Amino acid sequence: MLNIYCPFCAESRSEEEFHYHGQAHIVRPADPDACSDEAWGNYLYFRANPRGLHTEMWVHAAGCRKYFNVVRDTVTYEIHRSYRIDDPQASAL
Amino acid sequence: MSNADQYAVMQQRPEISGLARSVFADADKSQISGVNPVRLNEIQCGHIVIRGLENDIKDVVQSQLELPLPTEPLSCYQNDAACIRWISPDEWLVTVAENETHSTEVKLRLAVEGYAAIVNVSGGQTLLQLAGEHAEEVLMKSTSYDVHESNLKVGKVVTTTFAHTQVVLRRLDTNSFELVVRRSFADYVFAWIRDAAAEFGVDTY
Repeated sequence: MLNIYCPFCAESRSEEEFHYHGQAHIVRPADPDACSDEAWGNYLYFRANPRGLHTEMWVHAAGCRKYFNVVRDTVTYEIHRSYRIDDPQASAL
Repeated sequence: MSNADQYAVMQQRPEISGLARSVFADADKSQISGVNPVRLNEIQCGHIVIRGLENDIKDVVQSQLELPLPTEPLSCYQNDAACIRWISPDEWLVTVAENETHSTEVKLRLAVEGYAAIVNVSGGQTLLQLAGEHAEEVLMKSTSYDVHESNLKVGKVVTTTFAHTQVVLRRLDTNSFELVVRRSFADYVFAWIRDAAAEFGVDTY
């Protein structure tokens, strides 16, 4: 069972309070009408599957119901960081 | 046009007595004897949810409820008339006396400016009080949250999982807790707590 830090509640909670919501930092193409099928397909269906650090979205479903991002190691399950989606340093892994 | 006129604010609780029925009307309230029983009882009160941005709501809560807005996570403020709990960065739960619910909703609605929602959710949830020397142990059987007093201090409010459902849990005192539960799960939570507390004994009233 993971212990996940919720940046809104400002404390660690048990994994059962959270739901996983997939890879973080996926940017929607600015102009879907103008983008190629490949770019749109990549946006919709293709996800990273790294061995190691992975940035992912979680929602504190049974708590404050806010979404936030987590940097987790897929090998060791160690969580390196939890941060708000509007964190200015969000993109710096 | 005032804010209150723009939305349907309904007096959900008719003045005619005898219509409102406790959610625990059919629950098994028989006493379970024990040396040091826990006490479990329902507190009938009005529940109002406030959603919006801190800055739009702070002054309204201060002027209408005479309470500061709890902006620290997991905190609450309370006076004789009301209690306001932090639920999320843009959500607060207010409880008031049952017969003050409608008037509180209306006065908050009239005072609020900007982008906010004030909703009477009294029909959707209810409030239980669990007290006694073994109350903490009953909670330990029911939630994965650390309910020890060093973590769950007096006045701390946590929304967490509880017996396969959810609860807004607050410590009132060393041996006394408040649980806000969904109405549709209330019967189940009530039965769960009675079962969890059976080894200590239960007084329900």
